[in-house]
Amino acid sequence: MQTFFIVAILALGFLVTFQIAKASEYVAVIRGADKARKQTNKINGFLLLVFLILGMIGVYYCNERLAGKILPFGSAASDHGLLIDRMLKITIIITGIVFFITQVLLFWYCFKYQESEKRKAFYFPHNNKLEIIWTVIPAIALTVLVGFGIIYWFRITGDAPKDASVVEVTGSQFKWEFRYPGDDKILGKKYFKNYNAVNNPLGQLWDDPANRDDVYVTGEPMHLVVNKPVKLVIGAKDVIHDVGLSHFRMKMDAVPGTPTTMWFTPTKTSRQMKEETGNPDFVYEISCDQMCGQGHWSMRGEIIVETQEEFDVWMAKKKSMYYTSFPELDPSNKKAPAIADSSAAKPVAMLQAGK
Amino acid sequence: MSEALHVHSGVEVGHDVHHDDHHGHHHQSFISKYVFSMDHKTIGKQFLITGIVWAIIGGLFSVLFRLQLGFPGQSFPILETFFGHWAKGGTIHPEFYYALVTMHGTVLVFFVLTAGLSGTFANILIPLQIGARDMASPFLNMLSYWFFFMASIVMLSSLFIQTGPASGGWTMYPPLSALHDASLGSKAGADMWLISMALFIVSSLLGGLNYISTILNMRTKGMSMTRLPLPIWAMFFTAVLGVLSFPVLLSGAILLLFDRNLGTSFYLSDIVVAGNILPNEGGSAILFQHLFWFLGHPEVYIILLPAMGMVSEILSVNSRKPIFGYMAMLGSLFAIAILAFLVWAHHMFVTGLNPFLGSVFVLLTLLIAVPSAIKVFNWLTTLWRGNIRFTPATLFAIGFVSLFISGGLTGIFLGNSTIDIHLHDTMFVVAHFHIVMGVASFFGMFAGVYHWYPKMFGRYLNSTLGYIHFWVTICGAYLIFWPMHYEGLAGMPRRYLDKSIWQAFNQFADLDKMITIVSIVVFAVQLMFVFNFFYSIFKGRKVTSTNPWGANTLEWTTPINPGHGNWTGEIPEVHRWPYDYGKDGREFIPQTEPISASESKH
Repeated sequence: MQTFFIVAILALGFLVTFQIAKASEYVAVIRGADKARKQTNKINGFLLLVFLILGMIGVYYCNERLAGKILPFGSAASDHGLLIDRMLKITIIITGIVFFITQVLLFWYCFKYQESEKRKAFYFPHNNKLEIIWTVIPAIALTVLVGFGIIYWFRITGDAPKDASVVEVTGSQFKWEFRYPGDDKILGKKYFKNYNAVNNPLGQLWDDPANRDDVYVTGEPMHLVVNKPVKLVIGAKDVIHDVGLSHFRMKMDAVPGTPTTMWFTPTKTSRQMKEETGNPDFVYEISCDQMCGQGHWSMRGEIIVETQEEFDVWMAKKKSMYYTSFPELDPSNKKAPAIADSSAAKPVAMLQAGK
Repeated sequence: MSEALHVHSGVEVGHDVHHDDHHGHHHQSFISKYVFSMDHKTIGKQFLITGIVWAIIGGLFSVLFRLQLGFPGQSFPILETFFGHWAKGGTIHPEFYYALVTMHGTVLVFFVLTAGLSGTFANILIPLQIGARDMASPFLNMLSYWFFFMASIVMLSSLFIQTGPASGGWTMYPPLSALHDASLGSKAGADMWLISMALFIVSSLLGGLNYISTILNMRTKGMSMTRLPLPIWAMFFTAVLGVLSFPVLLSGAILLLFDRNLGTSFYLSDIVVAGNILPNEGGSAILFQHLFWFLGHPEVYIILLPAMGMVSEILSVNSRKPIFGYMAMLGSLFAIAILAFLVWAHHMFVTGLNPFLGSVFVLLTLLIAVPSAIKVFNWLTTLWRGNIRFTPATLFAIGFVSLFISGGLTGIFLGNSTIDIHLHDTMFVVAHFHIVMGVASFFGMFAGVYHWYPKMFGRYLNSTLGYIHFWVTICGAYLIFWPMHYEGLAGMPRRYLDKSIWQAFNQFADLDKMITIVSIVVFAVQLMFVFNFFYSIFKGRKVTSTNPWGANTLEWTTPINPGHGNWTGEIPEVHRWPYDYGKDGREFIPQTEPISASESKH
C-alpha cells in the first residue's frame, strides 16, 4: 500500500510538472517567443551564478563533514604511506587551485556574458600567445607532479632491504592465509598440485628442507614487528584478489600463478594506533580490493603490529605446518618412537607426487 | 529489402548528377523506412532509441544496487516480487548485487555511451555536416546497427537465465570470469557476455570504418579537412580509436571463451578453485588485463571525444562567437587520440607491473592532462565576451565543461602511480570515472540531443522540462559523486555491498543513504527526459525555420524534415570554416556563403 502511494505521488508530481511545462510553452507563444526566451535566459544566467556560489559552499561543507572520517594525511602507519600522503597533499594543492580558478571563470563568464541586446559577441578566433601560455603552464605543473610521483614510486617499489622480514600472504575465496618462513628466514617451495585442504592448504613441497619450519597462520591476525621492514610475498589460489592495507596506504594484487611482492615498514604499533585514534578497538584491516566473487565485500583480514618481544612470544607458540601435518616426525613429540610405517612414508609419497 | 537497395543506388546517382526531389518518388514500405533502413538519419535514431532503452535498464540497475548500499539489510518486499530468488526476503543477494553492478557498467559503457552516443551522432551528423547524401556504405551502416541489436538481444537474454548474467565486474577479469566454479555469473552468463561483446565489436568496426571513409571521401565541394566542424573531427578520431583498439578486445574475449570452454590456459595457471586442483599451467591472468585495457582506455576517449566535439560546436553557436583556437582544439583532439593508446597500463599499477614500466605510464598518462587543459581553456575563452543564449543544450554543454574539469583533475591523482597505490580500486576511482566519463559524456549526449532534436524530428523538445532536467541532473551528479571521493580517500574498496563489518569503512552510512536518495531522484528526472523525448516526437512544438539556432553548419541548409539524400537540390558548396559568428558585425555567416572581398581576415 505504501509503495502504491509513493508511486501515485510520483506520478502526480510528474503530471503537474509536465502540465506546467506545457503551459509555459503556450504562454511563451502568446507573449512572444523571443521575450519569453530572454526572460528564461536571465533566470538561467542567474542560476548558474547561484550554482557556483552554493557549489563552493558545498565543497567546503562536504570537507567539514567528511574530512574527519578519512584517514588524515600524514597519519599513515608506514614509511611508504607517509610518502603517499605527501604526494596526495601536493596534488590536492595544485589541482585545488586549478579547480577553483577554472570553475569560477566558467560560471562567472556564463553569468557575465549572458545574452544582452547591448553587447555584440567579440570575434576572437585565436591567439597564439595565449595558447602557448596555457600549454606551457599545465606542462610545468605536471612536470612537478610527475617528478615527485616517480621519485616516490621508485622508493616504494624498489627492492626491499636485506634485513626485511618476510611474510607470505595467500588469498582465496574468501579468506586470507599467511605463512612465516621460520628460523631459516626462507619460505619453502610450493606447488599448487600438492594442495590438500586438510594438511597442506598452501601446497608446500615437503622435500624442501626450507619448508620444515614454515609456520602457517589462518583465521587470526597477521603479526608484524614495528619499525622493521617487512616484505609481503603475495599470491592467490583461485581468482585475483588484492591485499589492501589502507592504514599503511599499501596495496598489491594477488594473482594466481604470478607471485607479487610489496614491502614497507610499519611505524606504529596497534597499541599506539589505539591511543592515537582514541578507539580502544582499533585494528589494522586487510581488505580485498579486487573483485573476487560474491564474498568479495567480506574478505577481511587483520594485522597486529607489535614489538619484537611480543612478536617472538606469539611466534614461539606456533608450530610449523610440516609438524602439524606429520606430528609423528616432530622431535618435540617424544612419545612417538615407534615407526608408524604407513604415515611415515607419506612425505616421500607426496614428494614424488609433487615432482 | 530490394526496394531499400534501390534507394541506395538512387543516392549514389544523386551524388553525381542534378536531380529534383528524386526521393519523393519512392514509396518505401514501413520495413525499409523504419526497420531495415539505410538512411543514416534513421539509423542514428535507431541507435539513439536503443541507447535510451538500455540507459533506462542500466540506470535502473544502479538504483537497485544503490538501495542495497544506502539501506544495507533493509527489506524491500517489492524486490522479491520482481526478482524472486535473487532478492529473497526483499534484500539483494550478493550474487545479484554483483550481477547488477556488472551489467550496469557493461550496458552504460558499451551500449549507451558507445553505441548510443557516438553511434547516434556519428550517423546523424557526419553526412549532414560534411555535405554528403549518406554514408559511404549505407548497407554496412545498417548492418552496424543490426549487429548492435543482436548484441543487445544476447545481453538482454543473459539477464533471464537460471544462473544469472555475468557478475565479475564490467572488466571481466579472469580467472574469476573464466572459472565456472568461481561464481554463478561465471557460468552461462559469462559466455553470453563474451558473445554479445563480440557482436558489439563487429557492429562498432562496421560503423567506424564507415565513418572514417565517409569523412575522408565524401565531403562536399570546398569542405577541406580544416573546414570540418569540430564534432566531425571528434567522430573521426573516435572512429580511428575504435577501429584500432576494438579488435584487441575481440582477441581477448575469444581467448577467454577458449579458456572457459576448450580447456586452454591463456589466462589460467596454478589454480585451486572450490577445492578442485585445475590442470592449467603457464597462463597469465594479467595478459587479459593488458588486452582489455588496450581497448578499455581508448574506450574512455571513444566515449568522451564525441561529447567534446559536440560541446565545442554548441558552445560556439550559442555564445555567438567562434570556437577559440580551432587548430588547437584539433591538435589537442589528435594528441588525446594518440596518447589514448599509450596509457592503458595505468589501470594496472598494482598488478605487480614492472615499476619502471609503471613510471613510463605515469609520464604518458599525466601528459594527457596537457591537451585536456588546452581544451578547457579554449572553451572558457569561447564563452568569454560572448553573448550567451542558455538553451538546454548550452546548459548541458556548460555542465559538461564543469564536470570535465572536476573529473579530469581527479584523474591526475589516479594517473600518478604513487597515489594510485592508495586509491586504486577504491570509491575514489568510482567517483572519478563517473564524473569524467559517465556523467560528463551523458551531458555531452544530452546537449547533442537538445541541440539536434529539431533536425532529427522537425520539432522541439519542451525546454521547461529541459531546464528542470539540467538543473536536477547537475546538482544530483555533484551530490552523488563529489562526497564519494572521501570514501575512497578513506580506502573504501569499490564493489563492497555492505561495510558494517569494516572498521575503516563503516562510518559513511549517512552519506551512502543520501547518495541513494539523490540517485533515485536523478533517475526519476531522466525518466522525465525520456518522456519529453518521446512525447515531443509526436506533439512537440514544430520547427518553423530551417535554421532555428542561427548556426553556420550545413545540416541547417537542409529542409526541416530532410528525406533520404538530405538535400533536395544539389549539395551546397562550402566556402569558409564553420565558426564565423559575430564576424564584421554579422551575427553568423553560414559556411555556404562565399567570402566577400570586403571581409576582414582572421
